Amino acid sequence: MTAGTAAAVRVDTATPRSAVPWAWATIAVLAVCLYLGRAAAPWAVTFPEEWTLPAQAWVSRFVKWLYEDASLGLFTFQELTRAISWVLQWPLEAAKSLLSGGFVRGMGQQAVLIWPPLSWVGAIGVVTVMSLYARDWRLGLLVCGCFLYIAVFGQWHSAMITLSSIVIAVPLGVAGGLLLGILAFRHPMFERAITPIMDLMQTVPVFAYLVPILVLFGFNPVAAMIATIIYALPPMVRNTTLALRRVPTEIVEFGRMAGCSRGQLTWRVMVPAARGGLMIGVNQVIMLSLNMVIIASMIGAGGLGRDVLTALRSLNFGAGLEASIAITLLAIALDRLSQAYAARPPSAQSPGESRPRWRRHPHLLAATAVVAASWLLGWLIPAVQQYPEELQVTTGPLINETMKWLNVNFFDLIEALKAWVLLNFMVPIKRLFVALPWAAVVAALAYAGWRLGRWRLALLVAALAGFIAVTGQWEKAMQTLYLCGLATLLACALGIPVGILAARHERLNRVVQVIIDTLQTLPAFAYLMPVVMLFRVGDFTAMLAVIAYAIVFPVRYTIFGIRQIDPTLVEAAVASGCTRRQLLWKVQLPLAFPEIMLGVNQTILMALSMLVITALVGTRELGQEVYIALAKADVGRGVVAGVCIAFMAIIADRLIQPWVAARKHRLGIA
Amino acid sequence: MADPASRDADHPVRGTRAVKLACRGLWKVFGTSADRFQAMLPGTPSAADLHGAGLIAAVRNVEFAIHEGEIFVIMGLSGSGKSTLVRCLSRLVEPSAGQVLFDGRDLLKATETELIEIRRHKMGMVFQNFALLPHLTVLGNVAFPLEVQGVERQAREARAREMIELVGLKGRESCYPRELSGGQQQRVGIARSLAVKPDIWFLDEPFSALDPLIRREMQDEFLRIQSVLKKTIAFITHDFDEAIRLADRIAIMKDGEIIQIGTPEQLITHPATAYVSEFTRDIPRAKVLSVRALMRAPDERVEYAGQVRAEARVASVARQIVESPQPHAVVDGSSAIVGMIDRQQVIDLLVRQDGGQERPK
Repeated sequence: MTAGTAAAVRVDTATPRSAVPWAWATIAVLAVCLYLGRAAAPWAVTFPEEWTLPAQAWVSRFVKWLYEDASLGLFTFQELTRAISWVLQWPLEAAKSLLSGGFVRGMGQQAVLIWPPLSWVGAIGVVTVMSLYARDWRLGLLVCGCFLYIAVFGQWHSAMITLSSIVIAVPLGVAGGLLLGILAFRHPMFERAITPIMDLMQTVPVFAYLVPILVLFGFNPVAAMIATIIYALPPMVRNTTLALRRVPTEIVEFGRMAGCSRGQLTWRVMVPAARGGLMIGVNQVIMLSLNMVIIASMIGAGGLGRDVLTALRSLNFGAGLEASIAITLLAIALDRLSQAYAARPPSAQSPGESRPRWRRHPHLLAATAVVAASWLLGWLIPAVQQYPEELQVTTGPLINETMKWLNVNFFDLIEALKAWVLLNFMVPIKRLFVALPWAAVVAALAYAGWRLGRWRLALLVAALAGFIAVTGQWEKAMQTLYLCGLATLLACALGIPVGILAARHERLNRVVQVIIDTLQTLPAFAYLMPVVMLFRVGDFTAMLAVIAYAIVFPVRYTIFGIRQIDPTLVEAAVASGCTRRQLLWKVQLPLAFPEIMLGVNQTILMALSMLVITALVGTRELGQEVYIALAKADVGRGVVAGVCIAFMAIIADRLIQPWVAARKHRLGIA
Repeated sequence: MADPASRDADHPVRGTRAVKLACRGLWKVFGTSADRFQAMLPGTPSAADLHGAGLIAAVRNVEFAIHEGEIFVIMGLSGSGKSTLVRCLSRLVEPSAGQVLFDGRDLLKATETELIEIRRHKMGMVFQNFALLPHLTVLGNVAFPLEVQGVERQAREARAREMIELVGLKGRESCYPRELSGGQQQRVGIARSLAVKPDIWFLDEPFSALDPLIRREMQDEFLRIQSVLKKTIAFITHDFDEAIRLADRIAIMKDGEIIQIGTPEQLITHPATAYVSEFTRDIPRAKVLSVRALMRAPDERVEYAGQVRAEARVASVARQIVESPQPHAVVDGSSAIVGMIDRQQVIDLLVRQDGGQERPK
């Protein structure tokens, strides 16, 4: 809302400036009047129940109909979902057998192992050779170290189950995203159709679409994988269209002049020329798939995700932390590896193509050799096949002991701190938000929309906010707004100064970059674990976790905003005698402000997505609704709450984006 | 503008070679209401008419004919529509109206499939920023047009190697574009565009992205290649010096219109508008003008110091003429005396026009 206010003041040219504060004051007075007069017009303060639409029931009924009665002509919808499951099950099973279980004949007790899985030595060998191929021995050491940790800390089995679903989900997500992206690039109509759907998919919290998937596909690893693919798909689509659009016109023209058919132009000219941008998409698919690992375990994925979830539910922090770290290391290894592949230039073959075929691919050869050798050795020495249990290390008990010690000795202090913040700070704000008359809030949002984008935006914003009210989610949405708003505010209050400092001091910047790169690799759940350990459950914990998760964005955007300022402007300011303080306040901050606001926007989006995860620690907002719906397989409840969260994100985004654009335009840096 | 055919009357290859590529009444207008443009035809709408309809014309009623084996340079400053024009000729950009006749056949009537065939076998194009495919080696890039035609590996690589050798990059076949300098990259672009043995060769500002020294070297290289291959060429440039150096004929474009077509010499001696003379003002005339343009009527009483050919550039014979106090006789192809030229005329030309800066070699 503050963004909206500021925006309105700056952007408008049609209305005299002096009228703007009056407009806002009027809305504020309206809010107060509505609140005071709530006895006279209670409907304007609390949305009346009898006005709400039974949207939840509609959605539930629709999905039930889809599942039970819908027919697509030749086959029913149910048969379709079963066919999809059946098709996806095979590669998933194969990958799982290869990496973790081994190939067996028979079921249950009678199962006979006919081929062992890839041994830990073999797997580490392969990923190390891959990193040598992609970059150098340093990456090899890092990746090897990550996998070694997983083996040593006894996470191997779970990690390989996780990895097997990743290696199937990622190619499927990439291929699907690529095809949709190409379609969108070729047919603007199609792009216009899918853009709002993708906007929604990226803003609806994942939990919300877990619920329909759970109902349609059941509770099993395949359903989890489908959820993962759907979650990871939109960025690939976007990156594909973007990358194709960025292919230089001349290259496309060359392709046409060479007489390429449409297919040749796409696959042999544009896609290879767009490789860099596409690889960014691939990297994002990998990272999002890993981000989904824990969430997907709620609808049946096994592996590390389930370990973390189980540990979190039983408050076994030691085990949970180890599994979280394993996920993080897996993410770091795969992230760096895929980035290295993306950056890898095509290899310069020497003209000596007379070399025998096998000598041309030394890395492939080495990987094959490692696998074969480890397999042979595995028959002889069991420790090569499976990491010996007696050599496993666990820090679990130690962590649990430390937690116990902390709780015994500092319980009062921690509790006092928490209670003080809650009582003096969070609860009053929460009360204020919940007490706000909905009519006044919708009016304020609509006014902000009108200032920034006239009727279209005003109508959009009011409709989205109205939807939240009409579906009966207003109070929960206000609680979400309060938690999200507070977390965003604090994250920005901490992050922006750090960003400013880092942007102005090169050495600090290098340190900060490493830290934020690492933080961005962590799956969302990893943030929850330590906070829960110290502060137990509740709003306070949730807020801290959200701040920890979202703080990367204000830092990153602030650094970028200050660094992208035209250096000649800074030189001009210094030459005209600015002190460093003046330089910051009079030149750098004003020019970086639009970028910083984009960071704030991103922070809001991230905070909203994290809130759903923090629902696990017992908040009382929309995220909790989604979480409960998941537990009860209540499609309507989950989808409606999820869509409400998405709408909040979209409102913020649609108000901030045009403001930033207008501001940049005014500064002439658009 | 005069009828293109009558202009051709002064051209050395006139009459002897067929017209390879011609365009008639060619228009390209941009804007949302293209039907409103169609309604204005077949008249010649003015810029104001178009502006009123919310249209912008990038190519306005262009006519010319390129003869076989000719280097036809289209010269204009940025925004003059020259790049759009060359793209209309190959239908990379769909013209709004007019005809593009390639070997007498209207390209605008060709279907998509026919067009692909024509591009595969009869057209080659070189781009300003090289447009090399980053994921292919030099060999892969040069062989690419053959590859999309479905030529088998052995044959296409042999042809590609031949072209790479022609542009002087032998030994660099397995390099990637990013490992090459700008000049080398454009050599690859040239080799690639020639791999399919095109009938017409489009070059869209091929040397504009290069440093001046490299540019000069590439121009020489281009002339060398052309002396071997004798292609029909449409060459786009914004550099008048380059145009003078390379062209058989130059078309000068401004605001989408061609304002004059002629040989370099014609442009200098008879600029059609003040805009054209603005370009020609700083051109070293001795290098462009032929002796024929400078000579006067022969005088039978004079004793000649020697003979010079009427077609020779003044610069190439200047020293010979200046060193002799007697005038030289000017002879045509059949050694008949058609005029005479003396040192004062040459000195006047060198000193007045070139400010004394240019010295004959």
